[in-house]
Amino acid sequence: MDKITQTLGEVIVAAPLLLVALLGTATIVGRPFRERVIGRMVHLAVAVGLTASIAMLAIMVATDNRHVSVELGNWVKIHAHDLDYHFAIKFLFDRLSVPFAVLTFVLCGTIAQFGIKYMHREPGFNRFFSLYALFMLGMIVTSLAGTIETLFAGWELVGLSSALLVAFYHERQNPVRNGLSVWVVYRVSDAALLFASVALHHMTGGGDFDLFLGSASWPEGVAEIKGNQALLVGSLLVIAAAGKSALVPFSGWLPRAMEGPTPSSAVFYGALSVHLGAFLLLRCSPLLDQSLGLSAVVVVLGLGSAMFAAFACRVQTDIKSALSFASMTQVGLITSEIGVASLVHQFVSPEAGDFLRYLTLVHILGHGCLRTLQFVRAPSLLHDYRILENALGRHLPHVATIGERMLPTTTRTWFYRWAIERGYLDALLANVIVRPFLRTMHWCDDMERRWIDWLAGERDPLAPDLESAPATPLEELV
Amino acid sequence: MKELHFPFIEISILIPFVGAIAVSKLRNAHQARSWSAWITGAAFLCAVAAWQDYGILQAQLLPAGEHVMEADDRWHLMQNLIGREIFTIDQLSSPLLPLGALLYFVTTIATLRTKVRRFSFAWMLFSEGVLLATFSCRIPEVILGLMIVGMAPPYLELRARGSTGRVYAIHMALFTALVVVGWTLVRVTPEGEIPGRFAAMALLAAMLIRGGVFPFHTWMVDLYERASFGTALLFVTPMVGAYGAVRIVLPFASSELLRSLGIISLITAVYAAAMALVQREARRFFCYILLSHSALVFVGLEMVRPVGLTGALCVWISVGISLGAFGLTIRALEARRGRILLSAYQGLYEHTPSLAVCFLLTGLASVGFPGTVGFIGSELLVDGAVQTYPSIGLGVVAAAALNGIALVRAYFLIFTGTRYQSSVALGIVPRERLSMLSLAVLILLGGLFPQPGIISRYHAAEEILAARKVNLKNDEPDDEPSDFFHTPHGDHSDDDEEDEESSWLDFKTD
Repeated sequence: MDKITQTLGEVIVAAPLLLVALLGTATIVGRPFRERVIGRMVHLAVAVGLTASIAMLAIMVATDNRHVSVELGNWVKIHAHDLDYHFAIKFLFDRLSVPFAVLTFVLCGTIAQFGIKYMHREPGFNRFFSLYALFMLGMIVTSLAGTIETLFAGWELVGLSSALLVAFYHERQNPVRNGLSVWVVYRVSDAALLFASVALHHMTGGGDFDLFLGSASWPEGVAEIKGNQALLVGSLLVIAAAGKSALVPFSGWLPRAMEGPTPSSAVFYGALSVHLGAFLLLRCSPLLDQSLGLSAVVVVLGLGSAMFAAFACRVQTDIKSALSFASMTQVGLITSEIGVASLVHQFVSPEAGDFLRYLTLVHILGHGCLRTLQFVRAPSLLHDYRILENALGRHLPHVATIGERMLPTTTRTWFYRWAIERGYLDALLANVIVRPFLRTMHWCDDMERRWIDWLAGERDPLAPDLESAPATPLEELV
Repeated sequence: MKELHFPFIEISILIPFVGAIAVSKLRNAHQARSWSAWITGAAFLCAVAAWQDYGILQAQLLPAGEHVMEADDRWHLMQNLIGREIFTIDQLSSPLLPLGALLYFVTTIATLRTKVRRFSFAWMLFSEGVLLATFSCRIPEVILGLMIVGMAPPYLELRARGSTGRVYAIHMALFTALVVVGWTLVRVTPEGEIPGRFAAMALLAAMLIRGGVFPFHTWMVDLYERASFGTALLFVTPMVGAYGAVRIVLPFASSELLRSLGIISLITAVYAAAMALVQREARRFFCYILLSHSALVFVGLEMVRPVGLTGALCVWISVGISLGAFGLTIRALEARRGRILLSAYQGLYEHTPSLAVCFLLTGLASVGFPGTVGFIGSELLVDGAVQTYPSIGLGVVAAAALNGIALVRAYFLIFTGTRYQSSVALGIVPRERLSMLSLAVLILLGGLFPQPGIISRYHAAEEILAARKVNLKNDEPDDEPSDFFHTPHGDHSDDDEEDEESSWLDFKTD
C-alpha cells in the first residue's frame, strides 16, 4: 500500500509539473503549441492530478491512514562535520492538504474548460495557459508541502504567476500597474515567509513540519518550539498570510487583481490563492496555540478585514470588485475562525479547537467553490438580471437597508466616502512608507549623479536626458 | 600536487592572448567578431575541459580516500619557463574558469552588427586572457598584479570614447594604492606571524572598492554609463574583487574584522537594491542590481562560516550566469532601441517575446526564484546571515525582496504598458537565441539539479576555512551562532581538527 500511495503522491505533483515543463519549454524556444493541443494537455494534466488525488483520499479513508508522507529525497544535502544542511522534498497528505489539492484540481479544471472558450483566439492564449500551469503547480506544491522550504517554493510560484496574470492585458497601463502592486505586496509576504523558514531551520535543524509541529496528524499536532521563538515565527507567518490573503492592511491588492482575465480572477484571487494565507495559518495552527497574544491578533486581523471588506463591498460599482471584497469578507471571517479555534484550543479543550479547524476548512472549500461560480457568471450578470426582470415584469425593487433607515445622512456620507476610498488604507501605506522611501532614494540618486559628475568633471554626453522624465510606475502606484 | 591530463589551463589562457594579437591586426570589424567567436569558443572549451579533468582527478582519488586540493597542468610549462608553477586549478576556481570563459563567449556571439564597430574585440580577448589567468592563480602577488593589469582595457575604452574616465581612474588608483600598502604590510610581517589588522583592512578595502561596495561604488555606475555595455558587463560580472578577497584576505583576516566589514556589504546590498527601484535608465538599473548581488556575495564571504560561505560561492556562480544573461538581454534590447529608458512604458513584448521571457527568467534566477540556479544559494546565504547577524540578517531578505520588485518593475516598463510601433523587425536573431538559450538551460538545469554544484561550493568553502584555520593557528575567538536560533543542528565552524596545509601560507613563505 505504501508503494501505491508513494506513486499516487508523485503523480499528483508530476502532472502539473510536466504541464509547466512542456508549455514553458515551448515558450522559451519560441514555438508555442496550438490552442487545441494546449487545451488537451491542460485537460489531461488536471484529469490525471485529480484522479490521483481522489484515489489517494479514498485509500486514506479506507485504511484510516490520516498522515501519508511522500518523500522524494533530498534536493540538496550537505552532511559534514561542520555543516548539516538538507533541503528535503517531501509532500504531506493529510486531512488539510488532500481536500485543498482536490479543490485546486477541481477549480483549475473548471476554469480551464471555461478559459479555453473565453480566451479563444486571444493573442496571449499560450501565455495565459503557461501562467495558469505555473499557478496550478504552485498551488499543489504549497498545499501538499511537507517542509516549509517546499511550501515557500510553491508560494513564490503562485505569487509570480498571479502578478503576471493580473497584468495579462499588458498593452494597457492599468493592468500593468496593478500587476506590479500585487507583486510588491507578495514580495513583502514572501520575505516574511522566507525569514520564518530560515528561523525555523535554525531552531529545529530542518524545515520539516513534523519537526516543529509534532508528528501527530493535522489538526492534532503540538508545536515543538515554545515561547519567544514560537512568537517570532508565528508573527512572521501571520504577516506572510496577511499579504497573501489580502488582510488589512495589505488588502489593496485584491480589487486591483481584478484587472486580469475573468477566468484567472475567478480561480486565483477569488477562490484559491486568496485562501493560501488561511491555509498557512491552519497548517501552522499548533504554533498559534503557543501564544494567546498571537491568537488574539489573528482574530482581530480577521474580523477587522471582514468588516472593512463588508463596507467596501457595498459601494463598488463593478461586479468583479464587489466580488473581490465579498471574498475578502469571507477570508477575514475564516482567519478569525482560525484565531478563535486556537483560543478555544488553549482555554476550552483541544478537541473543541480541532473541531473548529475542521469547520474552518469546510468554510474554505465551500467559499472557494461558491466564489468561482459567481466569478464565472459575472460576465453574464446583466443578461441574468434582464431575464430576472423580464420574468418579474418590472425592475427589481430597491429595499432600504438598516443603515439607510437608521443613520443620519452625514454619517452615511462619511461611511460612503470611507468605503469608496477603501478605508484610506492604500493612501496610508503610500504616505507613511512608499512615498518617503521613494523620495529618499530619489534624493540619493540625485546626490550620486552630482557626485559622479563632479568627479568626472563633465556630464556624460551619451546619457539620455532624464531631467524631464516623467514619474516611473512605482510612483504612479501611489 | 596532482596533474591534469593535458595543459588545459595554460592553453585556455594562451588562446585569448594570441587571439588578441591576431584580431588587433584585422581592419574588418565583422571579421574580428567572427574570429573572436571562434577564439572565445576555443578558450571556453579548454576551460570546460580543465574543470572536467579536475573532476575526473577527484573521482579517481576519492575511492582511496584522497582529496585533490589543487592540480596543475601536465608538462609544467610555466615551471620550465620561469621556474615556478603559476596556474593551477582547485575547488574554488574550477567552475569559475568556465564561467568566465562562457561569459566572454556568449557576449561575443550575441554582439549584433550594430555594435561591432563600437566594441573592441582585441581588448576583449586580452581581458579574457587576464581574467582566466587571475582565476587560475593562487599566488597573491600575481593575482594582485593581474587585477591591476585587468583594469587597463576599460580605461582605454573610456578614453577612446571621448570620456575623461576620471571616476574610474580615481577609484582604481585608490584600489592600487590600498593593494600596495596592504601587501607591503603583509610582506614586512615577520616570518611565522599573522599579518596585522591594518594589512587586512587595506587589502579588504581594496577588494571592496573593486567589488563596488558603498560608498565606493560610483565608478561602476559611471563605467556602465560611459563604456560600452559589453565591456562593463565583462569587467564587473565575473566578480574579480570577490576572488581577490577569497585568495588574499580571507586566509589571514580575523573573523571580527571580516564580519564588521560584512555589515557595510550588507548595507550596500540593501541600498543598491533600493536604488535599482528608482532608476530611469536600464544600464544604471542593471548596474545597481549587479552591485546589490555583488555585495551579497561579499556578505557571505565575510561571514566566514560554512553555511554563509557556501551560499556566497553558490550565489557568485548563479549571479555570474543569470546576470550575465540578463545583461546580454538588455544589451540586445539596446541594439534595437538605443538606450532603454525606464521612465515610460516601452511596450516591446509583441516584437521580442523571446527577449521578454529571457529577461524575466534570468532576472528572477538572479534573485533566487525557485527552480532556478540561484534558489538554494540564496537560501544558504540567508541562513548564514541570520546566524551571523541575528539582528540585521533580515537585510539579506530585504535586498532580495527589493531586487525582485525592481526586476519585475523593469520588465513591465520595457515590455508592456503600450504597443511599440516599428517598421522593422525587432525579433531575436538565431545567434542571440543560441546564447540566451544556452544560458537559460544552465539556469534551469542548475536550479533543478543543484546538488553537484552545492557540494562543489561547499568543498571550496571548506578549503577556504581550513586555510584560515591553519594561518590563524586557532587564535580565533569562539564564534558560536546566536543563542536565539542556536540548536544542536547548527553549524560549528571552529570545532574541528587542523586540516591540510594552507596554500596561501605556502606561497607567502616561498
